[in-house]
Amino acid sequence: MKRVQFEHSAVPYLFIAPQILIISIFFLWPAAQAVYQSFLLEDAFGMSSQFVWFRNFEDVLSSASWSRSAIFTVIFSVLVAVISIAISLFLAVRADEVIRGAKSYRTLLMWGYAIAPPVAGLLGNMMFNPLMGDLYKAFNSFGFEFNHIQNANDAAFVVILIAVWKQVSVNFIFFLSGLQGIPKSVQEAATLDCKSAERRFWTITFPLLAPTTFFLLVINLTYAFFETFGIIDVSTKGSPGGATATLVYKVYVDGFIGADLGGSSAQSVLLMIMVSVLTVFQFRFIERKVHY
Amino acid sequence: MYQSKWRIFTNHTILILGALFMIMPVWIAFASSTHTREFIFQNGLQFWPGGHMIDNYGAILFDPSATKGRVTALEMLFNSMVLGLGFAIGKVIISMMAAYAIVYFRFKLAVPLFWVIFSTLLLPLEVRIVPSYEVVANLGMLNTYTGLILPLIASATGTFFFRQFYRSVPDELLEAARLDGAGPIRFFIDILVPLSVTMIAAIFIIMFVVGWNQYLWPLLMTTDDQLYTIVIGIKQVYNSLYEGGQIPQFPKAFALTIMATIPPVLVVVIFQRMFIKGLVETEK
Repeated sequence: MKRVQFEHSAVPYLFIAPQILIISIFFLWPAAQAVYQSFLLEDAFGMSSQFVWFRNFEDVLSSASWSRSAIFTVIFSVLVAVISIAISLFLAVRADEVIRGAKSYRTLLMWGYAIAPPVAGLLGNMMFNPLMGDLYKAFNSFGFEFNHIQNANDAAFVVILIAVWKQVSVNFIFFLSGLQGIPKSVQEAATLDCKSAERRFWTITFPLLAPTTFFLLVINLTYAFFETFGIIDVSTKGSPGGATATLVYKVYVDGFIGADLGGSSAQSVLLMIMVSVLTVFQFRFIERKVHY
Repeated sequence: MYQSKWRIFTNHTILILGALFMIMPVWIAFASSTHTREFIFQNGLQFWPGGHMIDNYGAILFDPSATKGRVTALEMLFNSMVLGLGFAIGKVIISMMAAYAIVYFRFKLAVPLFWVIFSTLLLPLEVRIVPSYEVVANLGMLNTYTGLILPLIASATGTFFFRQFYRSVPDELLEAARLDGAGPIRFFIDILVPLSVTMIAAIFIIMFVVGWNQYLWPLLMTTDDQLYTIVIGIKQVYNSLYEGGQIPQFPKAFALTIMATIPPVLVVVIFQRMFIKGLVETEK
């Protein structure tokens, strides 16, 4: 907060009013609605509903499809975050070293930020199209019996590959500016002490990038949780048999396609709790553990 | 700094491979969008562009039947533009104002209101999608630009960016302004807004891209073709690819994909410096 502030009765309310108004109508109201609906059970025709306490939650938590989706979401998110962070860090270290063409490389690697997740999903969908997809043909000609339409692992591979492809440029931007923020004198001193570029990276550069890496880890996990919806919806649609449906995708499928409002709301509330825990964790724990 | 020849060579090799990894899918989509559908159907995806670029893109842009609906790609591009600009403008104005109130004023409800704004970070739209849809439907806002844009603005990211920025503005400015007799509104318009121009531009660019690329919300909201954004339009075209027993219109679907990608990519590449500065400085 500022040391010097205005003391005015009406003006601050005037300034904050538009945001609070929009948040109340389009955030607080639906969020409250989700919590309320998660305690209701609707009949098959949506005509009447009754209050059932925690039954929806019990149903969700004990259902095999939800726990499968939860397990998939965790594995998927961790893999997407770790792989895309590793690839972008590798590229950023190299891009930071080159002198000739540095700007062109930066442009060529960062533009992917602007690609919409569903567009990435469609591009992946087309590369793996059994009729004409180059990657589909390539994998099969190498002797893998690749079939992402029926095999759950292959389908997961496709979704992960697309999600990583889409996320590399964001991570690259952050790593590159992190690397460029390391003082030249530190790098030169390290070069004098240690000839091996690889050891120099692990002992000097990587620890200095720790805050960026942690920050990106959180960003990437959030991305894999929520923003991959578009990728999944246009590539696998959660198939085969819900094997590649993340929790967010399942909320949508159950709520809008399955019209199970109570169950879907209960899933939303569970997701809210998970995200809140993640956020608190991010603010309390990570901030303290990583020294700048 | 000393670099061995071998290191320089591997650096360039790795970066070129990385760039190819990023570009290749988009390039293949572009090259394939310039052939006839019969050709693509028989020969698969193409690496080299063909001679039907103008036919395919022209049909998509101006002929509603090519996009399998009542709207042309041109109208979809317009809708995307409205969404991107509306989202960016709304977000910048609303969050600038809210952040100003939070940072520069001492008022009773400051703390609770701050927490209300903060709570939106906990709950992305994707999670409360079903009730949000119901609220917008109750307000009669389905298939309107307002219903499309406003719920997306109800999150606090922009407010936090501006809050960070205002806190880095020296206190002396406010003291000086007050000595000169400037009131709060005067200070905001004449001093703070001009100071924030680069920040506003950076956030505007980021928000434009985010708005343009929205998917789930427009997908639920717009049941009327007339409001389809281009990202939604692609999905509809891909969904109808295998309908009707005809040869699938892959080239036109690819053309639509390319057209959805070009505007945000151009914005990001042209304003690269500003965009990277905004992204890196605000999210820390």
